[in-house]
Amino acid sequence: MSDVYVLGVDMIKFGRFPDRTVPNIGAEAALMALDDAGLTIKDMQAMYCGNLGQANAMVGQRILQEIGQTGIPVVNCANACATGATAFREAWMSIKAGMYDVVLAVGVEQMGKGLLGGAGGGDGIPKEGLLGSGTMPCVFAEAGMEHSSKYGTTFEQFAKISVKNHHHSTLNPKAMYQIETPLDDVMNAEMISYPNTKLMCSVNVDGSAAAVLVSEKKAKELGMQRAIKVRASALASDPYTDRDLVMPDVNACTRIAAKDAYEQAGLGAEDVSLVELHDCFATAEMLHYENLGLCKDGEAGMMIDEGHVELGGKIPVNVSGGLLSKGHPLGATGIANIYEVCSHLRGEAGKRQVEGAKIGMTHVIGLGTACAIHILEKP
Amino acid sequence: MLPAVNYLIVPDKGDPYLEGHKCDVCGAIFLGERTVCSKCFARDKISKVKLSNTGTLYSYSIVYRSFPGIDVPYISALVDLDNGGTVKGNLINVEPDPENVDFGMKVKVVYGDALGRKDKDGNSYMSYFFEPA
Repeated sequence: MSDVYVLGVDMIKFGRFPDRTVPNIGAEAALMALDDAGLTIKDMQAMYCGNLGQANAMVGQRILQEIGQTGIPVVNCANACATGATAFREAWMSIKAGMYDVVLAVGVEQMGKGLLGGAGGGDGIPKEGLLGSGTMPCVFAEAGMEHSSKYGTTFEQFAKISVKNHHHSTLNPKAMYQIETPLDDVMNAEMISYPNTKLMCSVNVDGSAAAVLVSEKKAKELGMQRAIKVRASALASDPYTDRDLVMPDVNACTRIAAKDAYEQAGLGAEDVSLVELHDCFATAEMLHYENLGLCKDGEAGMMIDEGHVELGGKIPVNVSGGLLSKGHPLGATGIANIYEVCSHLRGEAGKRQVEGAKIGMTHVIGLGTACAIHILEKP
Repeated sequence: MLPAVNYLIVPDKGDPYLEGHKCDVCGAIFLGERTVCSKCFARDKISKVKLSNTGTLYSYSIVYRSFPGIDVPYISALVDLDNGGTVKGNLINVEPDPENVDFGMKVKVVYGDALGRKDKDGNSYMSYFFEPA
């Protein structure tokens, strides 16, 4: 099977674009990725498109209606917050399978404002606030509090993650926000669902990101200078765990995908130069230090306390600003974090460059549950 | 009163209780009817079991922001019931402050009106809550 390379990749600056359409936002990133690869839509042999909000509305085809209708196969993917990464992975798989040499993957989302999840529906009466809460801030707070119960993790430690990611975002011109948020500001912000304050919740934004994936043969033909090798692409669903039905288990699913990804790459966590992981809430990031093997179980609090996960630390995490400050357009996030890692591996990340980055990891998790992990390498 | 969820049983006579569906092969406990066990994949080996009215607090959050019309703050709690099964609900009769909520605290399941919520036909519902044991 051919190795697969990212030849072109880009994202738009995340923001709020209520006057634009989803395909229009997606088309912008698609064109940027094509330009980055030095190719045109005529070179693409297939397209995989990730979008959640209009999953039944042929977003991929509508993007091609904006940038070039060549008749290529288009597949639209929806996989909760792993949607963009799933589209990328489908593109990767199609090249692995030997079907194509040049494939376009696009992720795009236009978000509303406000709380996600928990609205309920179904028969009878609304259950929100009657049988606990199904809102995302609460669900991820409960997952974080499980960690507190096991290891004594504190509100302040969770809050420090948000301080870190907001700081990183001040170095990223494509982030929604570039604002320092000191610890007091984070801890004293409006409490949404303890221990997650408003500044510890990801930002609902509109955004898009896209990548051009190519076979090794094509990469060699077109020039390898800026090509990034996909060393691993792993996708897992939630295995049975005892509390899974009432408490979505983001840990078990991530651990399956991480094990698979490290095995595919023949690498360990110690080989990774930077990680973009799914900090949909500050509580979530804490769990994934351990789930991805960046530290031993029970050491996540120490990782943030000691600064190991900051830019300049042992293993910088979410130097883009993460979902907490760069923003979280659900379907775009999985490709946006691939863009971030590629930027570092190419040495093009500007002020937030992780010096000497050789190997990078991306991780997303969508409740329901889907976890996608990619390991990328500068050849 | 009608039950708020399908795993709450309100008999004509006797006390309400929570019902689990237990796999006879591996012992996994589910909420709501099913025919296949998602843990061991056994088919047609699921039996109804009455779940315990006591348990321990496994995890929680204090919810300050919810949807319009929902009273906050309240404690959203995950409780491991004695003899198996985990259920989610509101922990009541505790001041919603982390100081007052301890992991592993003993709780009991209590039953009552579903906070006055009614469906579109005006029916009242019964729900369950947790309170310190």
